[in-house]
Amino acid sequence: MTPTRAEFENELNAIRSNVTRMALLVNTAIKKAMQALETRDENLARQIIADDRHINDLRFQIEADALATIARQQPVAGDLRLIIAVMTIVPELERMADHAAGIAKIAIEMGKEPPLKPLIDLPRMAAIAQEMLTDSMRAFNAVDTAAAKHIIARDDEVDALYEQVFRELVSFMIEDPHTVTRAMYLLFIGHNLERIADRVTNICERVVFLAEGKIEETPGNDSAISLAD
Amino acid sequence: MQTQTLTRKIETENLSVFYGSFKAISDVSVEIYENNVTALIGPSGCGKSTFLRSLNRLNDLVPKTAVAGKVLLDDTDIYAPSQDVVDIRRRVGIVFQRPNPFPMSIFDNVAYGPRLYGIKKKSVLAEIVEESLRGAALWDEVKDKLDKSGLALSGGQQQRLCIARTIAIEPEVILMDEPASALDPIATLRIEELIRKLRERFTIVIVTHNMQQAARVSDYTAFFNMGDDRAGYLVEFDETDRIFTNPQQKLTEEYITGRFG
Repeated sequence: MTPTRAEFENELNAIRSNVTRMALLVNTAIKKAMQALETRDENLARQIIADDRHINDLRFQIEADALATIARQQPVAGDLRLIIAVMTIVPELERMADHAAGIAKIAIEMGKEPPLKPLIDLPRMAAIAQEMLTDSMRAFNAVDTAAAKHIIARDDEVDALYEQVFRELVSFMIEDPHTVTRAMYLLFIGHNLERIADRVTNICERVVFLAEGKIEETPGNDSAISLAD
Repeated sequence: MQTQTLTRKIETENLSVFYGSFKAISDVSVEIYENNVTALIGPSGCGKSTFLRSLNRLNDLVPKTAVAGKVLLDDTDIYAPSQDVVDIRRRVGIVFQRPNPFPMSIFDNVAYGPRLYGIKKKSVLAEIVEESLRGAALWDEVKDKLDKSGLALSGGQQQRLCIARTIAIEPEVILMDEPASALDPIATLRIEELIRKLRERFTIVIVTHNMQQAARVSDYTAFFNMGDDRAGYLVEFDETDRIFTNPQQKLTEEYITGRFG
């Protein structure tokens, strides 16, 4: 016997694989942005900013497909949750790409100026955020709640690194106000990376929703970092 | 989600159909694209079945029917005096609401049409029967009981048998008049899936009362309504995606959202 709703299945699979493809593009953008920063490669930075358009286009494509699937296939239960999850995941991905483009812009601003300090913690933040993103897509495709919760917990590592970067840069600025501009550049990069990791946790919350039908903020993922302490 | 280039298979030009003095449909102009599924939706009495039956001249069988305007099949008017109505109905087949297998074996049901067209050789008929039953996604369920009566099958199977009978004579267009409304939900989804598959080989026009079904199975949707003079008319025709996400006519929106009809 033929499957009852093969075409519907195909549509859902196409949406799923487009989300995965979009996440891959975002991950590449983050990687290249850090590379542009570390090597001061202005051409690469400009390319990342230009390529952001493709990621935006893919977002709108996925949203249009999701909309058409709702209107035409009347998804319910897990199928409906998948579509709703995707509708909230793709804007997160798109904003992550904006953060990558933001880093690329700062890399251009920094020009050929020597960095204030060697880049150590920022690449670590980027590496963790990228791993989290890759893992989140694995959790999404496998509808794996345990994996999603594990990824959410890793956000603390990124937050801790960001606080460390923050404290260090503040001390630079206090010691020598001439460093303020260059310190702020690095701080903005840190902020972009911290936001990327936060957005991965939002994706993971949607994976939990997809699996369990519960919409809730995972404890500890309130995203506001306690820099004021 | 349409990607292929469109070829016009049927076109109606200001088609009106009269039953005696009653005008059933008024000035319908629409294009039916090859290898696409076009759904006709609209409230009861809006003339969608009349329109469907005018596409293979089935209305000719109703006394006092008159037609104005044109129905072009591959750019030739099927109502032109030179046209052979039997040939038109071979090229444009129809499947009805109630499954109506003939009171004969499954094999003979499917072989009926080809025999009528003069095919006698047993091996050729057997090939056509298998091919058609496979095309109708029924072969695996009936291959061991081809000599059993078609009437012994379940409703969903009977409807697929009728579809097999239709495709056995290799039509170009298949008209379907509420083909799933007498079936249970699973049998309905099976028919819908089959329709999606059949569009690769045929052009399909389907009348359905079930808007969700139109949304699921069709590439294009035509929305009919009944006018003040009780004659059906075409309100909107567009890609199904667009009809169900952003229709251009307020009346279409009201109908598909269940506000009237």
